[in-house]
Amino acid sequence: MRMKYVLSEVLVGLWRNVTMTIAMIITLGVSLTMLGASGLIYTKVADMKDLYFENIQVSIFLKTDISEEDRAALGSRLEADPLISQVTYVNKDEAFQRFQEMFRDSPDLLSAVKADQLPESYRLNLVDPEQYKSISEQYSSAAGVDQVVDQSQVLDKIFNLFTAGQNVALAAAIAMAVAALLLVANTIQVAAYSKRREVAVMKLVGASNWFIQAPFVLEAVVAGLIGSVLGLGALVALKKFLFDDALSALQGLFAPVSWSEVLLTFPVMAGVGGLISAITAWVTLRFYLRV
Amino acid sequence: MIQLEQVTKTYPKASRPSLDNVSVSIDKGEFVFFIGPSGSGKSTIIKMLLHEVTPNKGRVVVNGKDVTSMRSWKRPHFRRSIGCVFQDFRLLPNRTAYENVAFALEVIGKTKAVARRVVPEVLELVGLGGKEHRYPHELSGGEQQRVAVARAFVNRPLILLADEPTGNLDPDTSIEIMRLLDRINRTGTTVVMVTHDSNIVNQMRRRVIEIESGRIVRDQARGVYG
Repeated sequence: MRMKYVLSEVLVGLWRNVTMTIAMIITLGVSLTMLGASGLIYTKVADMKDLYFENIQVSIFLKTDISEEDRAALGSRLEADPLISQVTYVNKDEAFQRFQEMFRDSPDLLSAVKADQLPESYRLNLVDPEQYKSISEQYSSAAGVDQVVDQSQVLDKIFNLFTAGQNVALAAAIAMAVAALLLVANTIQVAAYSKRREVAVMKLVGASNWFIQAPFVLEAVVAGLIGSVLGLGALVALKKFLFDDALSALQGLFAPVSWSEVLLTFPVMAGVGGLISAITAWVTLRFYLRV
Repeated sequence: MIQLEQVTKTYPKASRPSLDNVSVSIDKGEFVFFIGPSGSGKSTIIKMLLHEVTPNKGRVVVNGKDVTSMRSWKRPHFRRSIGCVFQDFRLLPNRTAYENVAFALEVIGKTKAVARRVVPEVLELVGLGGKEHRYPHELSGGEQQRVAVARAFVNRPLILLADEPTGNLDPDTSIEIMRLLDRINRTGTTVVMVTHDSNIVNQMRRRVIEIESGRIVRDQARGVYG
Protein backbone atom coordinates (compact mmCIF):
# COMPACT_ATOMS: atom_id res chain seq x y z
CA MET A 1 0.00 0.00 0.00
CA ARG A 2 2.77 2.40 0.97
CA MET A 3 4.54 1.92 -2.37
CA LYS A 4 1.27 2.54 -4.16
CA TYR A 5 0.72 5.67 -2.09
CA VAL A 6 4.21 6.98 -2.85
CA LEU A 7 3.88 6.29 -6.59
CA SER A 8 0.47 7.88 -6.89
CA GLU A 9 1.79 10.91 -5.00
CA VAL A 10 4.63 11.13 -7.52
CA LEU A 11 2.23 11.14 -10.48
CA VAL A 12 -0.09 13.63 -8.80
CA GLY A 13 2.95 15.79 -8.02
CA LEU A 14 4.20 15.77 -11.60
CA TRP A 15 0.73 16.51 -12.93
CA ARG A 16 -0.11 19.20 -10.35
CA ASN A 17 2.26 21.65 -11.90
CA VAL A 18 2.50 20.29 -15.38
CA THR A 19 3.94 23.38 -17.13
CA MET A 20 6.76 23.53 -14.61
CA THR A 21 7.29 19.79 -14.95
CA ILE A 22 7.63 20.12 -18.72
CA ALA A 23 10.07 23.03 -18.38
CA MET A 24 12.08 21.01 -15.89
CA ILE A 25 12.16 17.93 -18.13
CA ILE A 26 13.14 19.90 -21.24
CA THR A 27 16.02 21.73 -19.55
CA LEU A 28 17.19 18.48 -18.00
CA GLY A 29 16.92 16.84 -21.42
CA VAL A 30 18.94 19.54 -23.19
CA SER A 31 21.55 19.53 -20.46
CA LEU A 32 21.90 15.76 -20.61
CA THR A 33 22.06 15.84 -24.43
CA MET A 34 24.98 18.26 -24.20
CA LEU A 35 26.60 16.06 -21.60
CA GLY A 36 26.14 12.95 -23.77
CA ALA A 37 27.38 14.76 -26.86
CA SER A 38 30.49 16.00 -25.10
CA GLY A 39 31.13 12.49 -23.84
CA LEU A 40 30.80 11.12 -27.36
CA ILE A 41 33.12 13.77 -28.78
CA TYR A 42 35.61 12.95 -26.06
CA THR A 43 35.70 9.23 -26.87
CA LYS A 44 35.72 9.96 -30.60
CA VAL A 45 38.69 12.31 -30.32
CA ALA A 46 40.56 9.64 -28.37
CA ASP A 47 39.66 7.04 -31.01
CA MET A 48 40.72 9.34 -33.83
CA LYS A 49 43.99 10.20 -32.16
CA ASP A 50 44.83 6.52 -31.92
CA LEU A 51 43.79 5.96 -35.50
CA TYR A 52 45.64 8.93 -36.96
CA PHE A 53 48.77 8.83 -34.88
CA GLU A 54 49.29 5.22 -35.83
CA ASN A 55 49.50 6.21 -39.48
CA ILE A 56 50.99 9.58 -38.99
CA GLN A 57 53.85 10.49 -41.24
CA VAL A 58 56.43 13.16 -41.48
CA SER A 59 57.05 14.11 -45.07
CA ILE A 60 60.41 15.41 -46.23
CA PHE A 61 59.88 17.11 -49.54
CA LEU A 62 62.90 17.29 -51.76
CA LYS A 63 64.01 20.16 -53.96
CA THR A 64 63.30 19.59 -57.65
CA ASP A 65 66.97 20.01 -58.48
CA ILE A 66 68.28 17.54 -55.87
CA SER A 67 71.26 15.47 -57.00
CA GLU A 68 71.25 11.69 -57.02
CA GLU A 69 74.03 11.59 -54.35
CA ASP A 70 72.22 13.91 -51.97
CA ARG A 71 69.05 11.89 -52.30
CA ALA A 72 70.83 8.58 -51.68
CA ALA A 73 72.78 10.05 -48.74
CA LEU A 74 69.59 11.40 -47.19
CA GLY A 75 67.91 8.05 -47.75
CA SER A 76 70.58 6.05 -45.96
CA ARG A 77 70.76 8.65 -43.15
CA LEU A 78 67.00 8.26 -42.62
CA GLU A 79 67.20 4.47 -42.72
CA ALA A 80 69.83 4.58 -39.97
CA ASP A 81 67.95 7.02 -37.73
CA PRO A 82 66.68 5.25 -34.55
CA LEU A 83 63.74 7.68 -34.22
CA ILE A 84 62.33 6.51 -37.52
CA SER A 85 60.57 3.19 -37.83
CA GLN A 86 59.91 3.18 -41.55
CA VAL A 87 61.00 5.15 -44.57
CA THR A 88 59.18 5.22 -47.89
CA TYR A 89 60.44 6.99 -50.95
CA VAL A 90 57.77 8.58 -53.14
CA ASN A 91 58.92 9.64 -56.61
CA LYS A 92 57.21 12.20 -58.83
CA ASP A 93 54.99 9.64 -60.58
CA GLU A 94 53.76 8.16 -57.33
CA ALA A 95 53.19 11.63 -55.90
CA PHE A 96 51.11 12.48 -58.94
CA GLN A 97 49.14 9.24 -58.58
CA ARG A 98 48.42 10.00 -54.92
CA PHE A 99 47.42 13.50 -55.89
CA GLN A 100 45.04 12.21 -58.55
CA GLU A 101 43.63 9.75 -56.08
CA MET A 102 43.08 12.39 -53.44
CA PHE A 103 41.45 14.96 -55.68
CA ARG A 104 39.60 12.73 -58.11
CA ASP A 105 36.42 14.72 -57.45
CA SER A 106 38.02 18.01 -58.56
CA PRO A 107 38.87 17.72 -62.26
CA ASP A 108 39.83 21.41 -62.51
CA LEU A 109 42.57 20.95 -59.97
CA LEU A 110 43.73 17.76 -61.62
CA SER A 111 44.11 19.29 -65.04
CA ALA A 112 46.00 22.28 -63.63
CA VAL A 113 48.79 20.19 -62.13
CA LYS A 114 51.32 18.35 -64.26
CA ALA A 115 53.13 15.20 -63.20
CA ASP A 116 56.56 16.80 -62.84
CA GLN A 117 55.30 19.72 -60.73
CA LEU A 118 54.93 17.59 -57.66
CA PRO A 119 58.07 17.13 -55.57
CA GLU A 120 59.66 13.82 -54.64
CA SER A 121 59.55 13.03 -50.96
CA TYR A 122 60.52 10.66 -48.19
CA ARG A 123 57.60 9.57 -46.00
CA LEU A 124 58.69 8.69 -42.47
CA ASN A 125 56.84 6.78 -39.79
CA LEU A 126 58.19 7.86 -36.44
CA VAL A 127 58.74 5.54 -33.50
CA ASP A 128 57.22 8.27 -31.33
CA PRO A 129 55.09 10.82 -33.20
CA GLU A 130 55.91 13.42 -30.55
CA GLN A 131 59.56 13.38 -31.66
CA TYR A 132 58.70 15.44 -34.71
CA LYS A 133 60.73 18.48 -33.65
CA SER A 134 64.11 16.79 -33.55
CA ILE A 135 63.48 15.20 -36.94
CA SER A 136 62.58 18.58 -38.33
CA GLU A 137 65.71 20.19 -36.85
CA GLN A 138 68.00 17.47 -38.13
CA TYR A 139 66.79 17.26 -41.68
CA SER A 140 65.36 20.61 -42.74
CA SER A 141 68.87 21.95 -43.34
CA ALA A 142 70.17 18.82 -45.09
CA ALA A 143 71.25 19.18 -48.70
CA GLY A 144 68.43 18.95 -51.21
CA VAL A 145 65.61 19.14 -48.62
CA ASP A 146 62.92 21.64 -49.45
CA GLN A 147 60.77 21.34 -46.32
CA VAL A 148 59.83 18.98 -43.53
CA VAL A 149 56.08 18.73 -42.99
CA ASP A 150 54.54 17.00 -40.03
CA GLN A 151 50.96 15.81 -40.45
CA SER A 152 50.46 15.74 -36.71
CA GLN A 153 50.83 19.53 -36.65
CA VAL A 154 47.81 19.75 -38.93
CA LEU A 155 45.97 17.07 -37.02
CA ASP A 156 46.58 18.80 -33.73
CA LYS A 157 44.75 21.80 -35.09
CA ILE A 158 41.81 19.60 -36.04
CA PHE A 159 41.84 17.90 -32.65
CA ASN A 160 42.00 21.25 -30.92
CA LEU A 161 38.87 22.13 -32.82
CA PHE A 162 37.16 18.96 -31.59
CA THR A 163 38.31 19.57 -28.04
CA ALA A 164 36.99 23.11 -28.24
CA GLY A 165 33.67 21.71 -29.48
CA GLN A 166 33.65 19.27 -26.61
CA ASN A 167 34.36 22.05 -24.11
CA VAL A 168 31.57 24.19 -25.54
CA ALA A 169 29.16 21.25 -25.25
CA LEU A 170 30.32 20.64 -21.69
CA ALA A 171 29.97 24.31 -20.75
CA ALA A 172 26.48 24.36 -22.28
CA ALA A 173 25.67 21.17 -20.36
CA ILE A 174 26.76 22.77 -17.09
CA ALA A 175 24.88 26.01 -17.74
CA MET A 176 21.73 24.08 -18.63
CA ALA A 177 22.26 21.85 -15.63
CA VAL A 178 22.31 24.88 -13.32
CA ALA A 179 19.05 26.09 -14.88
CA ALA A 180 17.58 22.59 -14.62
CA LEU A 181 18.57 22.24 -10.97
CA LEU A 182 17.05 25.61 -10.08
CA LEU A 183 13.85 24.45 -11.79
CA VAL A 184 13.95 21.18 -9.86
CA ALA A 185 14.46 23.08 -6.59
CA ASN A 186 11.59 25.40 -7.45
CA THR A 187 9.25 22.56 -8.45
CA ILE A 188 10.00 20.77 -5.21
CA GLN A 189 9.32 23.93 -3.22
CA VAL A 190 5.99 24.41 -4.96
CA ALA A 191 5.14 20.75 -4.39
CA ALA A 192 6.12 20.98 -0.73
CA TYR A 193 4.04 24.12 -0.34
CA SER A 194 0.95 22.60 -1.93
CA LYS A 195 1.30 19.57 0.33
CA ARG A 196 2.23 21.51 3.47
CA ARG A 197 -0.90 20.40 5.35
CA GLU A 198 -0.29 16.73 4.59
CA VAL A 199 3.36 17.10 5.54
CA ALA A 200 2.47 18.84 8.82
CA VAL A 201 0.05 16.04 9.72
CA MET A 202 2.56 13.37 8.72
CA LYS A 203 5.23 14.93 10.90
CA LEU A 204 2.76 15.25 13.76
CA VAL A 205 1.63 11.62 13.74
CA GLY A 206 5.18 10.35 13.29
CA ALA A 207 5.50 9.32 9.65
CA SER A 208 9.12 8.45 8.97
CA ASN A 209 11.28 11.03 7.24
CA TRP A 210 11.92 8.88 4.18
CA PHE A 211 8.19 8.37 3.77
CA ILE A 212 7.58 12.12 3.84
CA GLN A 213 10.45 12.87 1.47
CA ALA A 214 10.18 9.93 -0.94
CA PRO A 215 7.35 11.31 -3.14
CA PHE A 216 9.18 14.61 -3.64
CA VAL A 217 12.57 13.03 -4.32
CA LEU A 218 11.06 10.44 -6.66
CA GLU A 219 9.19 13.19 -8.47
CA ALA A 220 12.54 14.81 -9.28
CA VAL A 221 14.12 11.46 -10.18
CA VAL A 222 11.29 10.63 -12.60
CA ALA A 223 11.73 14.04 -14.23
CA GLY A 224 15.46 13.39 -14.50
CA LEU A 225 14.88 10.00 -16.10
CA ILE A 226 12.37 11.37 -18.59
CA GLY A 227 14.91 14.11 -19.36
CA SER A 228 17.57 11.48 -20.05
CA VAL A 229 15.19 9.65 -22.40
CA LEU A 230 14.76 12.97 -24.23
CA GLY A 231 18.53 13.30 -24.31
CA LEU A 232 18.88 9.83 -25.81
CA GLY A 233 16.27 10.72 -28.43
CA ALA A 234 18.16 13.90 -29.29
CA LEU A 235 21.48 12.03 -29.65
CA VAL A 236 19.84 9.35 -31.82
CA ALA A 237 18.38 12.09 -34.02
CA LEU A 238 21.76 13.85 -34.17
CA LYS A 239 23.48 10.66 -35.29
CA LYS A 240 20.83 9.75 -37.81
CA PHE A 241 20.15 13.11 -39.42
CA LEU A 242 23.35 15.05 -38.91
CA PHE A 243 26.10 12.47 -38.80
CA ASP A 244 24.77 9.73 -41.05
CA ASP A 245 22.94 11.92 -43.57
CA ALA A 246 24.18 15.49 -43.72
CA LEU A 247 27.81 14.82 -42.84
CA SER A 248 28.08 11.44 -44.58
CA ALA A 249 30.45 12.98 -47.14
CA LEU A 250 32.99 13.52 -44.38
CA GLN A 251 32.73 9.98 -43.09
CA GLY A 252 36.35 9.18 -43.94
CA LEU A 253 37.50 12.11 -41.82
CA PHE A 254 35.69 11.23 -38.62
CA ALA A 255 35.91 8.01 -36.73
CA PRO A 256 32.44 6.47 -37.11
CA VAL A 257 29.97 6.79 -34.22
CA SER A 258 28.27 3.45 -33.68
CA TRP A 259 24.73 2.93 -32.40
CA SER A 260 26.04 1.03 -29.42
CA GLU A 261 28.13 4.05 -28.38
CA VAL A 262 25.06 6.29 -28.63
CA LEU A 263 23.00 3.82 -26.60
CA LEU A 264 25.77 3.47 -24.03
CA THR A 265 25.48 7.17 -23.22
CA PHE A 266 21.96 6.50 -21.93
CA PRO A 267 22.87 4.83 -18.64
CA VAL A 268 25.31 7.67 -17.99
CA MET A 269 22.72 10.35 -18.78
CA ALA A 270 20.02 8.54 -16.78
CA GLY A 271 22.37 8.07 -13.84
CA VAL A 272 23.56 11.66 -13.81
CA GLY A 273 20.07 13.05 -14.46
CA GLY A 274 18.41 10.91 -11.81
CA LEU A 275 21.11 11.34 -9.21
CA ILE A 276 21.57 15.11 -9.38
CA SER A 277 17.79 15.65 -9.45
CA ALA A 278 17.43 13.46 -6.39
CA ILE A 279 20.21 15.25 -4.52
CA THR A 280 18.79 18.66 -5.44
CA ALA A 281 15.32 17.64 -4.29
CA TRP A 282 16.66 16.20 -1.07
CA VAL A 283 18.74 19.28 -0.25
CA THR A 284 15.76 21.53 -1.09
CA LEU A 285 13.58 19.52 1.28
CA ARG A 286 16.16 19.79 4.06
CA PHE A 287 15.91 23.56 3.87
CA TYR A 288 12.25 23.82 3.07
CA LEU A 289 10.55 21.03 4.97
CA ARG A 290 13.01 20.71 7.84
CA VAL A 291 12.42 17.00 8.07
CA MET B 1 5.14 9.24 32.38
CA ILE B 2 6.30 12.83 31.92
CA GLN B 3 9.14 14.46 33.83
CA LEU B 4 10.52 17.95 33.45
CA GLU B 5 13.60 18.40 35.63
CA GLN B 6 14.80 21.97 36.17
CA VAL B 7 14.07 22.83 32.58
CA THR B 8 15.11 26.21 31.23
CA LYS B 9 14.45 27.30 27.67
CA THR B 10 15.47 30.64 26.23
CA TYR B 11 14.70 31.22 22.56
CA PRO B 12 17.41 32.93 20.55
CA LYS B 13 17.03 36.73 20.68
CA ALA B 14 14.56 36.52 23.58
CA SER B 15 15.33 38.79 26.53
CA ARG B 16 14.02 36.41 29.18
CA PRO B 17 13.57 32.63 29.29
CA SER B 18 10.25 31.10 28.18
CA LEU B 19 10.66 28.44 30.83
CA ASP B 20 12.77 29.18 33.90
CA ASN B 21 13.91 26.24 36.01
CA VAL B 22 10.62 24.35 35.71
CA SER B 23 10.18 20.95 37.35
CA VAL B 24 7.00 18.94 36.85
CA SER B 25 6.19 15.28 37.20
CA ILE B 26 3.05 13.79 35.64
CA ASP B 27 2.01 10.20 36.32
CA LYS B 28 0.44 7.73 33.96
CA GLY B 29 -3.29 8.28 33.60
CA GLU B 30 -3.31 11.81 35.00
CA PHE B 31 -5.34 14.67 33.52
CA VAL B 32 -3.39 17.93 33.79
CA PHE B 33 -4.25 21.50 32.83
CA PHE B 34 -1.53 24.02 32.12
CA ILE B 35 -2.95 27.51 32.52
CA GLY B 36 -1.50 30.97 32.41
CA PRO B 37 -1.49 34.14 30.31
CA SER B 38 -0.29 34.24 26.69
CA GLY B 39 3.45 34.04 26.41
CA SER B 40 3.82 32.43 29.83
CA GLY B 41 5.53 29.37 28.36
CA LYS B 42 2.65 26.86 28.23
CA SER B 43 3.02 26.11 24.54
CA THR B 44 6.77 25.71 24.92
CA ILE B 45 6.07 22.78 27.24
CA ILE B 46 3.88 21.10 24.61
CA LYS B 47 6.57 21.66 21.99
CA MET B 48 9.15 20.18 24.30
CA LEU B 49 7.06 17.07 24.91
CA LEU B 50 6.81 16.67 21.12
CA HIS B 51 10.58 17.12 20.72
CA GLU B 52 9.98 20.18 18.60
CA VAL B 53 12.19 22.31 20.85
CA THR B 54 14.90 21.13 23.20
CA PRO B 55 15.70 22.79 26.54
CA ASN B 56 18.89 24.78 27.12
CA LYS B 57 19.18 23.32 30.59
CA GLY B 58 17.54 20.47 32.44
CA ARG B 59 16.05 17.19 31.33
CA VAL B 60 12.75 16.16 29.73
CA VAL B 61 11.68 12.54 29.97
CA VAL B 62 8.56 11.30 28.14
CA ASN B 63 7.42 7.65 28.18
CA GLY B 64 10.72 6.74 29.78
CA LYS B 65 12.65 8.30 26.88
CA ASP B 66 15.03 11.17 27.46
CA VAL B 67 13.84 13.71 24.91
CA THR B 68 16.67 16.10 25.72
CA SER B 69 19.29 13.93 24.10
CA MET B 70 17.08 12.32 21.47
CA ARG B 71 18.45 12.43 17.92
CA SER B 72 16.09 13.99 15.40
CA TRP B 73 15.86 10.82 13.30
CA LYS B 74 14.25 9.06 16.25
CA ARG B 75 11.58 11.72 16.54
CA PRO B 76 9.04 10.16 14.10
CA HIS B 77 8.87 6.88 15.97
CA PHE B 78 8.74 8.66 19.32
CA ARG B 79 5.75 10.73 18.18
CA ARG B 80 3.70 7.65 17.40
CA SER B 81 3.12 7.22 21.14
CA ILE B 82 1.78 10.77 21.48
CA GLY B 83 -1.52 12.08 20.16
CA CYS B 84 -1.95 15.77 19.53
CA VAL B 85 -4.92 18.12 19.19
CA PHE B 86 -4.76 21.83 18.35
CA GLN B 87 -6.97 24.89 18.44
CA ASP B 88 -7.10 25.00 14.63
CA PHE B 89 -7.96 21.27 14.16
CA ARG B 90 -5.35 20.81 11.38
CA LEU B 91 -7.53 18.53 9.26
CA LEU B 92 -6.89 17.91 5.58
CA PRO B 93 -9.68 19.79 3.78
CA ASN B 94 -9.76 17.53 0.72
CA ARG B 95 -10.28 14.35 2.74
CA THR B 96 -13.36 13.07 4.53
CA ALA B 97 -13.50 12.44 8.27
CA TYR B 98 -12.75 8.77 7.65
CA GLU B 99 -9.85 9.57 5.30
CA ASN B 100 -8.36 12.09 7.70
CA VAL B 101 -8.15 9.49 10.44
CA ALA B 102 -7.07 6.71 8.09
CA PHE B 103 -4.34 8.95 6.68
CA ALA B 104 -2.68 9.18 10.09
CA LEU B 105 -2.60 5.38 10.25
CA GLU B 106 -1.47 4.74 6.71
CA VAL B 107 1.46 7.15 6.77
CA ILE B 108 2.94 5.27 9.72
CA GLY B 109 2.71 2.03 7.80
CA LYS B 110 -0.61 0.53 8.84
CA THR B 111 -2.49 -1.29 6.11
CA LYS B 112 -5.82 -0.26 4.63
CA ALA B 113 -7.34 -3.35 6.23
CA VAL B 114 -6.29 -2.16 9.69
CA ALA B 115 -7.72 1.28 8.94
CA ARG B 116 -11.03 -0.24 7.82
CA ARG B 117 -11.28 -2.04 11.13
CA VAL B 118 -10.06 0.68 13.50
CA VAL B 119 -11.24 3.98 12.02
CA PRO B 120 -15.04 3.42 12.19
CA GLU B 121 -14.57 2.29 15.77
CA VAL B 122 -12.77 5.44 16.87
CA LEU B 123 -15.14 7.70 14.92
CA GLU B 124 -18.00 5.99 16.76
CA LEU B 125 -16.15 6.60 20.05
CA VAL B 126 -15.88 10.36 19.42
CA GLY B 127 -19.56 10.49 18.45
CA LEU B 128 -19.23 10.89 14.71
CA GLY B 129 -20.90 7.62 13.72
CA GLY B 130 -22.74 8.19 10.41
CA LYS B 131 -20.65 11.22 9.48
CA GLU B 132 -17.57 9.34 8.31
CA HIS B 133 -17.86 10.50 4.73
CA ARG B 134 -18.35 14.19 5.35
CA TYR B 135 -15.62 16.65 4.44
CA PRO B 136 -14.35 19.06 7.11
CA HIS B 137 -16.24 21.99 5.55
CA GLU B 138 -19.45 19.97 5.92
CA LEU B 139 -18.86 19.56 9.67
CA SER B 140 -19.33 22.03 12.54
CA GLY B 141 -16.31 23.26 14.51
CA GLY B 142 -17.03 20.83 17.33
CA GLU B 143 -17.35 17.94 14.90
CA GLN B 144 -14.10 18.89 13.21
CA GLN B 145 -12.37 18.87 16.58
CA ARG B 146 -13.85 15.42 17.21
CA VAL B 147 -12.26 14.22 13.98
CA ALA B 148 -8.97 15.68 15.20
CA VAL B 149 -9.35 13.88 18.54
CA ALA B 150 -10.16 10.65 16.70
CA ARG B 151 -7.03 11.09 14.61
CA ALA B 152 -4.92 11.74 17.70
CA PHE B 153 -6.37 8.74 19.53
CA VAL B 154 -6.67 6.16 16.73
CA ASN B 155 -3.15 4.92 17.33
CA ARG B 156 -3.93 4.44 21.05
CA PRO B 157 -1.19 6.78 22.27
CA LEU B 158 0.02 6.77 25.85
CA ILE B 159 -0.20 10.53 26.01
CA LEU B 160 -2.68 12.99 24.49
CA LEU B 161 -1.50 16.58 24.21
CA ALA B 162 -4.15 19.24 23.64
CA ASP B 163 -3.09 22.81 22.87
CA GLU B 164 -6.14 25.00 23.52
CA PRO B 165 -8.49 22.47 21.92
CA THR B 166 -11.57 24.52 22.78
CA GLY B 167 -10.13 27.88 21.73
CA ASN B 168 -12.27 28.06 18.58
CA LEU B 169 -15.44 26.54 20.03
CA ASP B 170 -18.50 27.90 21.80
CA PRO B 171 -18.99 26.99 25.51
CA ASP B 172 -21.47 24.13 24.95
CA THR B 173 -19.37 22.51 22.26
CA SER B 174 -16.30 23.00 24.43
CA ILE B 175 -17.88 21.01 27.20
CA GLU B 176 -18.70 18.17 24.81
CA ILE B 177 -15.09 18.06 23.69
CA MET B 178 -14.00 18.01 27.34
CA ARG B 179 -16.32 15.07 28.03
CA LEU B 180 -14.66 13.32 25.14
CA LEU B 181 -11.16 14.03 26.47
CA ASP B 182 -12.32 12.85 29.88
CA ARG B 183 -13.55 9.59 28.37
CA ILE B 184 -10.20 9.12 26.64
CA ASN B 185 -8.45 9.82 29.94
CA ARG B 186 -10.50 7.08 31.59
CA THR B 187 -9.04 4.54 29.12
CA GLY B 188 -5.72 5.15 30.86
CA THR B 189 -4.34 7.77 28.47
CA THR B 190 -2.46 10.60 30.11
CA VAL B 191 -3.99 13.91 28.99
CA VAL B 192 -2.06 17.19 29.09
CA MET B 193 -4.09 20.22 28.09
CA VAL B 194 -3.07 23.83 27.70
CA THR B 195 -5.98 26.26 28.02
CA HIS B 196 -7.27 29.75 28.75
CA ASP B 197 -10.78 28.54 29.40
CA SER B 198 -11.57 29.12 33.09
CA ASN B 199 -15.06 27.58 32.78
CA ILE B 200 -13.68 24.28 31.71
CA VAL B 201 -10.94 24.16 34.31
CA ASN B 202 -13.41 24.97 37.05
CA GLN B 203 -15.88 22.31 35.91
CA MET B 204 -13.37 19.51 35.47
CA ARG B 205 -11.68 19.82 38.85
CA ARG B 206 -8.45 18.18 37.78
CA ARG B 207 -4.82 18.93 38.47
CA VAL B 208 -3.99 22.53 37.52
CA ILE B 209 -0.49 23.86 36.95
CA GLU B 210 -0.33 27.61 36.56
CA ILE B 211 2.61 29.20 34.79
CA GLU B 212 3.56 32.84 34.80
CA SER B 213 6.59 34.28 33.01
CA GLY B 214 8.11 30.86 32.63
CA ARG B 215 7.77 29.83 36.28
CA ILE B 216 5.30 27.52 37.98
CA VAL B 217 3.29 29.60 40.45
CA ARG B 218 0.71 26.95 41.41
CA ASP B 219 0.35 23.18 41.22
CA GLN B 220 -2.93 22.02 42.69
CA ALA B 221 -4.35 18.50 42.67
CA ARG B 222 -8.07 19.33 42.19
CA GLY B 223 -7.71 22.92 41.21
CA VAL B 224 -9.75 25.74 39.74
CA TYR B 225 -8.75 28.49 37.31
CA GLY B 226 -7.91 30.87 40.14
